[in-house]
Amino acid sequence: MNIAVLVKLVPDTAAMIRLNAEKTGIETRDLNWVLGPYDEYAAEEALALVEKNGGEVTVIACGAENNVEALRKTLAMGANNAMLIKRDGPSDQLATAKAIANVIKDRNYDLIFAGYRATDDDSTALGPMVGALLDMPCITEVSKLEVGDTSLKAERNIEGGSEVFEANLPCIITAQKGLNEPRYPKLKGIMMAKKKPIETIDADAGEAHVETTGMTYPMERPAGKIVGEGAEAVPELVRLLRDEAKVIE
Amino acid sequence: MSVLVYCEVSGGSLKKASLEALSEGKKLAGTLGGAMNAVVIGNGLDAHFEAIKNHGAEKIFAVDAADHDNYIPEAHLIAVTEAAGQAGATVCLIPATTRGRELAPRVAAKLDAGLIEDVTGLDADGGQIVATRPEHAGKVYRTVKSKALPMVVSTRPNNFDAVANAGAGERVDLSIDFTAKAKVVETRKAGGEKIDVAEADRIVAGGRGLREEENFKLVEDLAATLNAAVGASRAVVDTDWRPHSEQIGQTGKVVSPTLYIAVGISGAIQHLAGMTTSKTIVAINKDADAPIFKVADYGIVGDAMEVLPALIAELKK
Ligand SMILES: Cc1cc2nc3c(=O)[nH]c(=O)nc-3n(C[C@H](O)[C@H](O)[C@H](O)COP(=O)(O)OP(=O)(O)OC[C@H]3O[C@@H](n4cnc5c(N)ncnc54)[C@H](O)[C@@H]3O)c2cc1C
Ligand SMILES: Nc1ncnc2c1ncn2[C@@H]1O[C@H](COP(=O)(O)O)[C@@H](O)[C@H]1O
Repeated sequence: MNIAVLVKLVPDTAAMIRLNAEKTGIETRDLNWVLGPYDEYAAEEALALVEKNGGEVTVIACGAENNVEALRKTLAMGANNAMLIKRDGPSDQLATAKAIANVIKDRNYDLIFAGYRATDDDSTALGPMVGALLDMPCITEVSKLEVGDTSLKAERNIEGGSEVFEANLPCIITAQKGLNEPRYPKLKGIMMAKKKPIETIDADAGEAHVETTGMTYPMERPAGKIVGEGAEAVPELVRLLRDEAKVIE
Repeated sequence: MSVLVYCEVSGGSLKKASLEALSEGKKLAGTLGGAMNAVVIGNGLDAHFEAIKNHGAEKIFAVDAADHDNYIPEAHLIAVTEAAGQAGATVCLIPATTRGRELAPRVAAKLDAGLIEDVTGLDADGGQIVATRPEHAGKVYRTVKSKALPMVVSTRPNNFDAVANAGAGERVDLSIDFTAKAKVVETRKAGGEKIDVAEADRIVAGGRGLREEENFKLVEDLAATLNAAVGASRAVVDTDWRPHSEQIGQTGKVVSPTLYIAVGISGAIQHLAGMTTSKTIVAINKDADAPIFKVADYGIVGDAMEVLPALIAELKK
């Protein structure tokens, strides 16, 4: 099987996010960057499939040079090849999707994995966009997957239940938690990843469809109050919820 | 200029998030100076037209056929792009449900349009869209303005009010041509009458402070008493006490119910990212210094095993 995994470098989810002085973006100095948490599930699924069925895993990142770090992390997990699609310019999902689709269309992948969402822009867009551009099926937020020779079965949670999909290969899958337990890279993998070549392709910056007019922090919650200690505080809590907050009858 | 709103029918019912999107769409169409139309696809849609009309739709484009009992992503994509073409839509609004989160980017790709996902604020200025959306799981918000139309925008569920507006509600049946590249072969409902956290108006969430899986019975009882959904921290999802569908936070669901009760949850930054937009937050934790108290409106410092039974009893009085 010839499998591609789309990966992106994102700030650690434990990070405090601060805005830059102009309030047009986030302050990126001092941030700790990691492979997208959902991209880890995506990479794990691809690696496990290739271990079972044979084939190769190629990891692909599109964007600035620093994405090489995300590629190295997946190489360390065991991916065979890595590709950086260099694209400068403002981030734009459709422009990124077009750059990726352009490369993927000639490479005959049987399966393409992505995270279901990147934990920075939270846009959940890239997989389905690439799918629509290439007229390829894309099943999103998959938490269970069975892959056969020419088709697959995928399950995902939806509001109040779950759905089971069937599709033929080639297909794009976006990974949700639950799909697998991502492996930790071993020291040997990390050493090898440092030496592996990374194919670099230049892409058009494309157009940005929107411009940022400003960024803000969420509204601060006013300081709350400790109603009291232990079970004794319960009647007062219930009174406050009824009479002050008016959230229960 | 006109606005097209995708109305989601799944499991035989029209999603509330669709009515919210219609209400926002109506406002937006007014500001842009155009009409708002709707598109809906499913099987046996008659029951839903009244609600769509009463939320302001002028035309309702409908694909109503037995094929669409189950979800076929490609068919929904074609229905929206076909309706957008016929209506000359310059803005497509799609509720950012599980389905909407994948439909919106597809529509944007097909229409070669810009996309703004999961917005919590929506307006127009000088004929362009201005929208605000959370990023980094709500740690910051970004406001963007479109550079050109058409645009595709998905609206966060449970964030906008659904308000009634009179519309002409003229039905326009569409017949579409599509190939099902992927299709749903089975839809399962979560057990019983369980309320999904993403759609719940009240949530009782439990964390590692409950100490044992069995003690979640108390959380379930409190939830039942309040007609609330059960939520969980990642710590208890990772130990398999609770399913991932209940996880709240940066790598779970982002929720904003009217009432959120956090029991035995410390309030890690990734958890807070998923719930601080709740209207009223209550925390029950035995550690007075737990970060959850910083975002809680009301707190009780104490042992969950004592406080929960007392709270259930008091509410039942
Ligand atoms: C990439 C990444 C993503 C993450 N995403 C999420 C996410 O989406 N959601 C999420 O929740 N977490 C997430 N986390 C994990 C997060 O960092 C915390 O580890 C987790 O939220 C802790 O869960 P907890 O509060 O239940 O447990 P703990 O932090 O162990 O807190 C338990 C609390 O219970 C209290 N307690 C103990 N006994 C009692 C008692 N008898 N009665 C009352 N209180 C008691 C303690 O004082 C403590 O405050 C993520 C982490 C990473 C690295
Ligand atoms: N610039 C990028 N390069 C490669 N993959 C990406 C890029 N942006 C997003 N992805 C993939 O698409 C997923 C969803 O991202 P997003 O649509 O930005 O939420 C991520 O988890 C990645 O797998």
